[in-house]
Amino acid sequence: MRFVDEFRDADKAHALAAKIAALCEPGRQYKLMEVCGGHTHTIYKHGLEDYLPESVTLVHGPGCPVCVIPMGRVDDAIHLASQPDVIMTSFGDMMRVPGSGGSFFDANAEGTNIRMVYSPLDSLKIAKQNPDKQVVFMAIGFETTAPSTAMTMLRAAAAGLSNFSVFCNHVTIVPAIKAILDSPDLRLDGFIGPGHVSTVIGCRPYEFIARDYGKPVVVAGFEPLDILQSIYMLMVQLSQGRSEVENQYSRVVPWDGNLVALKAIGETMELRPYFEWRGLGFISHSALQVREKYAAMDAERLFQVPGVRVADPKACQCGEVLKGVLKPWECKVFGTACTPETPIGTCMVSPEGACAAYYNFGRMNRTRVAEAAQAGRS
Amino acid sequence: MSQSWIDQALAEHDELDAGGRRQLPLADREQQVLDRIDRARRRRPKVREERITMSHGAGGKATHTLIEAVFLDAFRNPLLEPLEDAAQLRLGSARVALTTDSYVVSPLFFPGGTIGDLAVNGTVNDLAVSGATPLYLSAGFILEEGFPVADLNRVVESMRDAAVAAGVHIVTGDTKVVQKGKADGCYINTAGVGLVERDVSLGVAQAQPGDAIIVSGPIGDHGITIMLARGELDIEADLCSDTAPLNGLVAGLLDAVPGVRAMRDATRGGVATILNEIAKDADVGVLVSEDEIPVRAEVRGASELLGIDPMYVACEGRLVAVVPGEAADQAVAALRAHPLGERAAVIGRVREEQPGIVQLKTAFGGTRIVDLLVGDPLPRIC
Amino acid sequence: MCLGIPGEVIELHPEQPDLAKVDVSGVRRLINIGLLTDDPPVPGEWVLIHVGFALSKIDEREAAAAMEFLEGIGQAYEDEISALRESVIE
Repeated sequence: MRFVDEFRDADKAHALAAKIAALCEPGRQYKLMEVCGGHTHTIYKHGLEDYLPESVTLVHGPGCPVCVIPMGRVDDAIHLASQPDVIMTSFGDMMRVPGSGGSFFDANAEGTNIRMVYSPLDSLKIAKQNPDKQVVFMAIGFETTAPSTAMTMLRAAAAGLSNFSVFCNHVTIVPAIKAILDSPDLRLDGFIGPGHVSTVIGCRPYEFIARDYGKPVVVAGFEPLDILQSIYMLMVQLSQGRSEVENQYSRVVPWDGNLVALKAIGETMELRPYFEWRGLGFISHSALQVREKYAAMDAERLFQVPGVRVADPKACQCGEVLKGVLKPWECKVFGTACTPETPIGTCMVSPEGACAAYYNFGRMNRTRVAEAAQAGRS
Repeated sequence: MSQSWIDQALAEHDELDAGGRRQLPLADREQQVLDRIDRARRRRPKVREERITMSHGAGGKATHTLIEAVFLDAFRNPLLEPLEDAAQLRLGSARVALTTDSYVVSPLFFPGGTIGDLAVNGTVNDLAVSGATPLYLSAGFILEEGFPVADLNRVVESMRDAAVAAGVHIVTGDTKVVQKGKADGCYINTAGVGLVERDVSLGVAQAQPGDAIIVSGPIGDHGITIMLARGELDIEADLCSDTAPLNGLVAGLLDAVPGVRAMRDATRGGVATILNEIAKDADVGVLVSEDEIPVRAEVRGASELLGIDPMYVACEGRLVAVVPGEAADQAVAALRAHPLGERAAVIGRVREEQPGIVQLKTAFGGTRIVDLLVGDPLPRIC
Repeated sequence: MCLGIPGEVIELHPEQPDLAKVDVSGVRRLINIGLLTDDPPVPGEWVLIHVGFALSKIDEREAAAAMEFLEGIGQAYEDEISALRESVIE
């Protein structure tokens, strides 16, 4: 596969790993955060940590838009789906996320009609095919996905559809990064910046991180070599005492972002005054809602959602994992009470949640694996 | 989610901490957690849900838990316990294999075959990988009110042709009709019976360190074909189901390598599920290499597009074989000599380390675990 | 938020300028290119696909530059390794 395979080349990985190791100052520990859940997934799926020296640790950040949806909002979605003549449509990522009474799959077992779609446009198709039903699209994702929701709404408006609406749960990345930076329990040396979010918002929004907090940022692609190269670029900056924003993913990310996409978002949506992020609490101006002008497509206006705030189970430490304070295996219920089969929190059930990634891909003691490999070699 | 289950986990965790765990180096603390998790995984499975969900049908963790906690628990007997693809029975002096399957696929007709093909081939394959010569099938039909008879004819004709190709006979059957809205057109249940004439004893519990794990061809063709054939994804590809009867292929393998330890038909849950079954039932480690696993370019493309891992996608004409290490080359040669095994390959080995765990060496050179999924692999956007 | 796949634009939809057919490793899908109206893609160009929309064009020159950097590192590594090997003379 072009633009994919060449960035999965093992030989180049070894070369990059050697360079990264060479840049490590003896006695110094490096903590780099990858913000984006997609990066967490790639890191674990390809076993990238095997290439890093012991002194470089990757800390998993909160950039998982599924993980940060509070249980109350899942309950709201199920409530919407339970209304008469409603077909709820959702991405696959959400289907197993637990609300206080179960997930979308569980709700379907009780009689709702929640259908999986690959694109919001599929949702539109379902609306056209079912004029007597109300089709609601559960919109999730950061700024990467918001433009697609926006374009779909514009198409729906142009087609004069009256049975399509959006339950908007889009969140924005910068407030989450700021919450991490302001968090007293975390000392990070640099950030592996989100790749696909940046195709929409560009690289400028991260400049405050380098300028005001003195941490380097490298916007990274999603193939394993992209991430390794980004780590290398961060280490170069750190060794030179620089803190700048760099773009490793320049083949896809334009420095200024995608204006058409930003306009579409601006036309159809606006920032909520505040929004609750699971594990991080209430963050102001961190999420999107449908504009008044498109009220006819706002599921929250069309239907009454309970909007009940549901506290996380006491045992759940998703917040600390999302902030990178705890490693997944350090959570008290990781792997025992909280497993992919019986998730207590969304870090475990989202495909890119740090806990799911670690449980499904990384559940091995790397030091011992390395020791065994070493023993095998000698 | 029962509170007591959570409290128990918290208590265990605090016990570990109280034992001065915090002073240990990081790697040791992580190992303790991993050990605790391993113990938790080996506990007796319980079904926590009150209702059946789609996950229970996917062939992954939820299915396994359902089978063990509900069916095995109720029906428990030594013939059922191995939970292999077919049961091995003695009828008088004859050794007989018995299997059953149900087919609920939608759409009924797809590139490469029909529900009828799946019904015959799937049953034949479960018998073949159990070391039996497949002989006789039963076919029970559950038909939906309103189902076109012309479609029923198509299904039945494909079953006739599949049976001829596989060398089996459909000797008994049943028909029921249910109201419109149930049965998705047509559901088929089969049972299959075969004679075990070879002196073989097959079962994944017999896998031993040093054994080679072989797959008979490219994986994921069937599952991806079905996903695309449903038409919801608007994806076109030149793919068709790999449904095929494997009894000829199996015979060739057993002739060349009588010491085959186990074979499994790779259906729902995909190759990844079988690897986990080997690791768990034999209490061994499994190490496979991503580079060695054959996958068609289109299956890869569709999987990348959807965010699905082909290792969990169903096949309907592929087998996974565990053979003694020294017989690996002969086994692959025997499979490749047959048209259905042209791309057979050794994908990994059984080993002592990390029992119960399947590890994958990625094409990139790193390592990761391949665990059972809870339910179906779901397309993701993240 | 992150699953984006590179695909090659095969053809533009004859009636709907918003839509184009892309190819990903032999698999074809109709996607919406409405987010790229500032610089619409033409057949032969590559785009990044996310949930049925093209988010961005793939800049082949930048991709080549990225590859060159990686090759360069790879070559330097190769040279070092062979130098290492050659220096072991017993």
